[in-house]
Amino acid sequence: MAALELEGLARHYGEREALSDVSLSLGAGQTLVVFGGNGAGKTTLLRILATLLRPHAGSARVLGSRLPDEAWAVRGRIGLLGHEPLLYRELTARENLRFHARLHGVAEERVEQLLEIVAMTGRVNEPLRTLSRGMVQRVAVARAVLHDPELLLLDEPRANLDPAAIELVDPLIGATSGHTRVISSHDPSGGLAEADLVLGLRAGRPALLRAAGDVDPAEITELYR
Amino acid sequence: MSTPTESPHSAAPADAQAPPRGEPVSGRADAVAGKPPGMAATVAALLRKELLVEPRTLESVPGMSLFALTTFVVFHFALNRNSVDGDLAAGILWVTLLFAAILGVNRLFVADADQGGFDGFLLAPVDRGAMLVAKALALLAYLVVLELVAVPAFALLLLGPSLPNALPSLFGVLALGDVGVAAIGTLVAALAVRTRARDLLGPLLALPLLVPIVIGGARATSPLFATHATAPAARWLLTLGLYDLVFGLIAYALFDFLLED
Amino acid sequence: MYGKGLRALSISTVAVMAIALSLVFFYAPLDAEQGFLQKIFYVHVPLAIVALCGFVAGAIMAIAHLRTRDPRWDMRSYVAIHMSLIFGVGTLITGSIWAKGSWGHWWVWSEPTLVSFLIVFLLYATYQPLRFAIEDPERQARYASVFAITAGAFVPMNFIAVRLSTAYLHPRVLGSTSNLPGPMALTFAVSLLGIALLYTTLCRYELTAKHTRAQLRDLRRRLSGETVDTQTRRPRSAAPTLHPTATHPTAMHPTATMTARAVGRPGA
Repeated sequence: MAALELEGLARHYGEREALSDVSLSLGAGQTLVVFGGNGAGKTTLLRILATLLRPHAGSARVLGSRLPDEAWAVRGRIGLLGHEPLLYRELTARENLRFHARLHGVAEERVEQLLEIVAMTGRVNEPLRTLSRGMVQRVAVARAVLHDPELLLLDEPRANLDPAAIELVDPLIGATSGHTRVISSHDPSGGLAEADLVLGLRAGRPALLRAAGDVDPAEITELYR
Repeated sequence: MSTPTESPHSAAPADAQAPPRGEPVSGRADAVAGKPPGMAATVAALLRKELLVEPRTLESVPGMSLFALTTFVVFHFALNRNSVDGDLAAGILWVTLLFAAILGVNRLFVADADQGGFDGFLLAPVDRGAMLVAKALALLAYLVVLELVAVPAFALLLLGPSLPNALPSLFGVLALGDVGVAAIGTLVAALAVRTRARDLLGPLLALPLLVPIVIGGARATSPLFATHATAPAARWLLTLGLYDLVFGLIAYALFDFLLED
Repeated sequence: MYGKGLRALSISTVAVMAIALSLVFFYAPLDAEQGFLQKIFYVHVPLAIVALCGFVAGAIMAIAHLRTRDPRWDMRSYVAIHMSLIFGVGTLITGSIWAKGSWGHWWVWSEPTLVSFLIVFLLYATYQPLRFAIEDPERQARYASVFAITAGAFVPMNFIAVRLSTAYLHPRVLGSTSNLPGPMALTFAVSLLGIALLYTTLCRYELTAKHTRAQLRDLRRRLSGETVDTQTRRPRSAAPTLHPTATHPTAMHPTATMTARAVGRPGA
């Protein structure tokens, strides 16, 4: 069963089409990388897949469940890492993660385990507002994978992370994690390297949809013109 | 709920910072995420988070309480009275509490809206009505604290008749009113927070909706503030109760629609 | 779709209102106490009843909108509420005139209908500012529906509470519709029908106008060959608009395909 099956997926914002006519199929364990300029619809697509937005037309099957009717079945199996860390600034890293752990029915030991992996055990009792953006992003990664989701939705995941941090989180959200992933990226060569399938969006429409091996980096840069 | 001892890294010593490369850290899916929490557990988790954040920001309760105290002083000068009783006393108390409550309503969802709290909650496999219940309970808690400060202050500053005999009935009436304010306040707060003029729309929407509470509350309270205190009339308690029931249910039914993006 | 029957509706409205007016002035007996001024009752109370029903209808349509997500229900709800607000202002004005004539004051707190209407007016007056404060049209419609339902439930609740609080002071004079003698009852019934028809006709007109405007925009867009992606040039507004984008699930042209832009329009 494919992890993602999209057919003519569309969403509009008033009279403007934020996303239209997106159709693709992604197998389990594979990685889809989405390219496109600002406003091309990358974030909209990710948010629809995360069940945060309803599609206005077309159909979407995520991990076998139809959206939006069966969205409840799929929540808890998806992890989203967006532009916002989705963490409370007044709470500490540990309190934030424990809060999310309770919402997902995850054991507390898992929180400690992840804090170790992202190397945040040192400053775990300080409010997030005192931490640097890079550290907050690390905690955000931990939040996204806390419940061990089958599908990872990553919106420019390496923004705000220094190379050391990128190494730390790679087992969690990288290619080696074994999860199905949808990544939105601005980096043509880096993105291509980890993709199985490439989707290029322009003004909400799919301008490019091909297996990664058949795509040239120059085509991706074209999308941004 | 199974613990992560089944994952390959449980034996890792505390000072190891990163797992060996190439091995998936997360282990099997069922080893990590247990059953999603039920309604009560979700409400508890949310409430716990609320009550952790509020004392650190102190955005709601101190502001509401101070506002109430200041308003009593303003009333003294505006009405040019040293003490009030009956209808006037009931009115002053309820108006003050209402406006102080509006302050709390305005702040209720601000942290969530600004810090992505809605998304984080919406991604979880939980009943979304839990957020309404948790927030309404939090608002109710703030209102109770407000009243614990404001009522004695009122008795001290402005109230003519002595209060002690009437106190239990007073708190009963206040409790009934608080439930209605919490239900409508939470709904209106959620409605207003993601609009452009959030601080203005909140009060504009809430005040007319809360008029029945003011009617029921003030009328029920005024015999308690008479020189010879008598019990509140049952019709006002029924009005408050009916309001609480109707709008509690409506808020619960409609809340989900506000959370979506 | 909306324009059907508009002429018949308008004609019957004018006819019934004409009959009602003649009944009011020539048939209904003069009230013993209040004289000629009492006749404003035949306008004031029907306005109140129709406005209240309109608010409740707006709430029911809002429920339909939330259940079906069809923006046409939101449009209907908006028009119903908007029109009821206007009729509500009419209620307040006629009530005020009557109060001045009967009691010598432009405003009386002892009349529960009037007081309740004031509160309801203050509440619904926030409907349009609320809509205007939300830019995303889909969210605007959804939030407006939540408001409409809450306010719709509030209307009866408010009436009960206000009635209770004014019960002691004066017997209801303005709004009493019980124990009407025959001729008065007939005149009242006809007036009520006339005002109800007026409300329905005006709502229909507004819905038709909006619908037509949307169709016009769509035609213009197709004629000029613009793609669907152009940014909307319309300023931010509180009123919902119907936008028949091809991918809209409830498009007015349900047979339009997702990628092809059909030149011919199916009959609307």
